[in-house]
Amino acid sequence: MRFIPRILSTAIAAALICSPAFAAELTGTLKKIKDSGTITLGHRDASIPFSYFGDNPQQPVGYSHDLQLKVVEAIKQELGMPDLKVRYNLVTSQTRIPLVQNGTVDLECGSTTNNVERQRQVDFSVGIFEVGTRLLAKKTSGVSDFADLKGKNVVTTAGTTSERLLKIMNADKQMGMNIISAKDHGESFLMLESGRALAFMMDDALLYGEMAKAKQPADWAVVGTPQSFEIYGCMMRKGDEGFKQVVDQAISATFASGEINAIYDKWFMQPIPPKNLNLNFPMSDELKKLIANPTDKSAEQI
Amino acid sequence: MMDFSAIVPALPGLWDGLLMTLQLMVMGVLGGVVLGTLLALMRLSHNRLLATIAATYVNYFRSIPLLLVITWFYFAVPFILRWITGEDTPVGAFASCLVAFVMFEAAYFCEIVRAGIQAIPRGQMGAAQALGMSYGQTMRLIILPQAFRKMTPLLLQQSIILFQDTSLVYTVGLMDFLNAARSRGDIIGQPHEFLIFAGLVYFTISFAAAQVVKLLQKRLAV
Amino acid sequence: MNYNWDWAIFFKPTGIGSEIYLDWFITGLGWTIAIAIVGWIIALALGSLLGVMRTVPNRWIAGAATAYVEIFRNVPLLVQLFLWYFLVPDLLPEPLQIWFKQDLNPATSAYLSVVVCLGLFTAARVCEQVRTGIQALPAGQTAAAYAMGFRLPQIYSNVLLPQAYRIIIPPLTSEFLNIFKNSSVASLIGLMELLAQTKQTAEFSANLFEAFTLATLIYFTLNMGLMLLMRAVEKKVAVPGLIAVGGK
Repeated sequence: MRFIPRILSTAIAAALICSPAFAAELTGTLKKIKDSGTITLGHRDASIPFSYFGDNPQQPVGYSHDLQLKVVEAIKQELGMPDLKVRYNLVTSQTRIPLVQNGTVDLECGSTTNNVERQRQVDFSVGIFEVGTRLLAKKTSGVSDFADLKGKNVVTTAGTTSERLLKIMNADKQMGMNIISAKDHGESFLMLESGRALAFMMDDALLYGEMAKAKQPADWAVVGTPQSFEIYGCMMRKGDEGFKQVVDQAISATFASGEINAIYDKWFMQPIPPKNLNLNFPMSDELKKLIANPTDKSAEQI
Repeated sequence: MMDFSAIVPALPGLWDGLLMTLQLMVMGVLGGVVLGTLLALMRLSHNRLLATIAATYVNYFRSIPLLLVITWFYFAVPFILRWITGEDTPVGAFASCLVAFVMFEAAYFCEIVRAGIQAIPRGQMGAAQALGMSYGQTMRLIILPQAFRKMTPLLLQQSIILFQDTSLVYTVGLMDFLNAARSRGDIIGQPHEFLIFAGLVYFTISFAAAQVVKLLQKRLAV
Repeated sequence: MNYNWDWAIFFKPTGIGSEIYLDWFITGLGWTIAIAIVGWIIALALGSLLGVMRTVPNRWIAGAATAYVEIFRNVPLLVQLFLWYFLVPDLLPEPLQIWFKQDLNPATSAYLSVVVCLGLFTAARVCEQVRTGIQALPAGQTAAAYAMGFRLPQIYSNVLLPQAYRIIIPPLTSEFLNIFKNSSVASLIGLMELLAQTKQTAEFSANLFEAFTLATLIYFTLNMGLMLLMRAVEKKVAVPGLIAVGGK
């Protein structure tokens, strides 16, 4: 065990020697990025079309990922580091918050809802998307809203806001649903497609993404009254004003310049990998409003 | 019904996953043997305190599931490093899983090494000391080389178990062989084919390695 | 450092129904025990049968048991679990498939998959212990039993197995403890056993360290308790006069 402290102290000493003098003004994440020459981006593997593996299993792609890259560009400029290295770290719904908190991931852009409770643990960027939590079900299943799910098997992804909403709804309204918490959206959809669950509750945009992956996309429909409206944001460590400012500015600038429309188009209105299906999910009025007036507040705070 | 043709284009990605699995295993075994040997020496030492610490360590890690250790370490290691260093130290999934494997396997390797050392006739210790060797010299030059020779098959068997157990890193989303296969299968909508393929590959490697260990066992037998 | 320690977290409400976090741990422990016990019964029964098969003087029977052991020992537990949970149900005949996937509570169908998986996985290991135990007995005993007119099944049930089991209690104990530890893989298919409840608590309450510390303590206590219990059993059933009885 004795060698561990030694490695640590060597590492610290090395870090101190290497940090250039002008980096002294930087603090927190920006300083860490400057010193290490690396930024660690949190991404998902199956949040279609926000952040997922498309054709290349090493390289995440998606709407949120494109915005994340915009932020990386801004950081390169801010720090004057054109050859800043990008490291990817896969996160799941359950691991994303602890990993941002504990310093593994610097910036997570995927499909993370900004809500008051999470704001106590992490900081969110300005909102990047707006969704409603709804249901995906087979057209022939006879499910058209949440009330049809009494006593039925319903799947959702562990660690999401939908999981909580569903569990609370089940307890409060005594619906007797059997709730399956799958590890990620891909597994949730597998449960649905294999017939283990009658419906899959999740953010509507993600449900469209899963539908695009189905063997027969036309068999499925997104139904039900939205149980909540939620704004996605990128997550970063709490209380790091300098870093947050750079992130917010980069995203707001992408919104203001209209570049966001091209990014949106690419992921929601055109065929996307891996199956080259088109989600055909036009931009909602809520999202248009969000883009016109960027905010880092959660949906319930607006 | 099953269509295995999609596996061929996915092979490069799966190969990367397999490399990560092997890397985890080899580094886990090396680290585990080093730490495990230290623990075994502590357990066998005449210092009561050292022996108790080592025994507690072994009992602790042998009574909790590896999956718990992996999950725990994944979340906790960066936090703990930050307490120590006061800095955000990026620890990826790979590093934290490796630490978990090394610390967990050390408890098992410790017991193997201890049994190996105890199998060496006591007289050798006395003889070496009579020749004027220190405790450290005796262990390093006389006891451990013989003990390791005797233990090799057991150590290798434990390594095969670790090879299989590396698949548990699935829980933290590290792209090892199993996770690469699962993730690929999921995206193209053919999870079953990829899962079966993964099972076959694990089986082939473990089975072949186990046969090698058996041969070795016969050779090393006195 | 923005971590808020709160050891009282286990007594706070979870926000779902009227449950407190401690209730989750208790439910989780219940599942863990239910998986381990039933899995163990399967493992012991099947493992004994396979162990006997490996020692009978018939090449085909012994070969089949060997093949079983090799397959189940050389595929990672997690891969086996995924096969049982995701693949096997799809291979069932249509009506059975619908029953398994839709009529059963999802927790029950996940439970069945885990129990079968762990039972069959552990059976391969139990088999090897039973075989070792039988082979450790002097060959003269079988010969003597034959000479006294016992038939093969009688030799196993009256002579070999009763002794073999007692010799192999220590390795069987460690397999028994392993099944408790291995039951944690059930968390990966959404069964809310102890580890899954721990992760859920960590996530709902953001009190990660407290949740994992409690889980560690529970596993540790469970393991130590069972170990002491099995030692008592071992002493009680020891065969007098055998070296394996041990020091005291």
